[in-house]
Amino acid sequence: MGLLTGIRDSISRAADRLFSAEDPKRIGIYGPPNAGKTTLCNRITRDWTGDAMGPESHIPHETRRARRKENVEIKRNGKSVTIDVVDTPGVTTKVDYEEFLEFDMEEDEAIRRSREATEGVAEAMHWLREDIDGVIYVLDSAKDPITQVNTMLIGIIESRDIPVLIFANKIDLEESSVQRIKNTFPQHETVKLSALEGDNMDEVYDKIAEYFG
Amino acid sequence: MAKATEKTEPSGVRIDLISGDRLDRLASMEKIRLILDGVHEGNIVILERGLSPDEESKLIEVTMSEISPDEFNGIEIESYPRTRTDSGSLLDRLMGRTNEGKLTVIGPANQIETLHKDEQLISALVTQR
Repeated sequence: MGLLTGIRDSISRAADRLFSAEDPKRIGIYGPPNAGKTTLCNRITRDWTGDAMGPESHIPHETRRARRKENVEIKRNGKSVTIDVVDTPGVTTKVDYEEFLEFDMEEDEAIRRSREATEGVAEAMHWLREDIDGVIYVLDSAKDPITQVNTMLIGIIESRDIPVLIFANKIDLEESSVQRIKNTFPQHETVKLSALEGDNMDEVYDKIAEYFG
Repeated sequence: MAKATEKTEPSGVRIDLISGDRLDRLASMEKIRLILDGVHEGNIVILERGLSPDEESKLIEVTMSEISPDEFNGIEIESYPRTRTDSGSLLDRLMGRTNEGKLTVIGPANQIETLHKDEQLISALVTQR
């Protein structure tokens, strides 16, 4: 399947959902730890509701519970779309509490955090299987996107046949390469942004409205 | 007095290669148990054909529930990237039919480290506990 055909199919699926929609769609913000998911969620919810969703941090697994912000109304080109934004813990296949010790945590705190992180990952997977209508997959564009977690999660999302947009975040970093992400997942549309700096957010909101309205 | 000879276990890393046919006969949870039981024992498990997306999702969930500080840190898993074009029809995917399964390597996170991965090569370093 060619790139254009793939994108056209994705848009078609999104359009089907648009016209059959009654309730706001639950859009899950997924991705590996430290990709900037909560920073993006906060950017979206601050821009359209005035409230933030959760604390941001450079420490992995800062988000250890899925959080939902309901009825986020995004206005684009004279129309408005309303979605529920679900911020999810970063998905991984391993959690080692000793990694948290590098961030000046006591051992007890590191163990507690690692336990909560494992529960959070399981929770994120459960949401994806049961309660998510569309996915924004957030990647740190300064890092290599060819990882098993990314490959598996994109495969899991595709198998559920729900619309997905890939966000190449952190374009403000020198090492950022959006093209590397596009090459890795050519079957999906990739949108570049910096959630931290607010770069390219107009295109981000255009695409959210187009795919998930 | 004759000196007793001590029988020592050979050192090394055990690798289990599991055929696609054997996996096909197992239910999803049986596959996940087979994998995780092997990994808990420090083995490297290689699946001739990988898991379906739904099984991969459950494998992540079950792995998370079994992580325990100082005992089990989770798994390292590698397979070749799955492409959309070979992922079968929606019906196939809903039914968990995965003819496209790709060779998959799974091991304890503290014993296997991926050195390089692209669409045609997975290079990993395996160490003893």
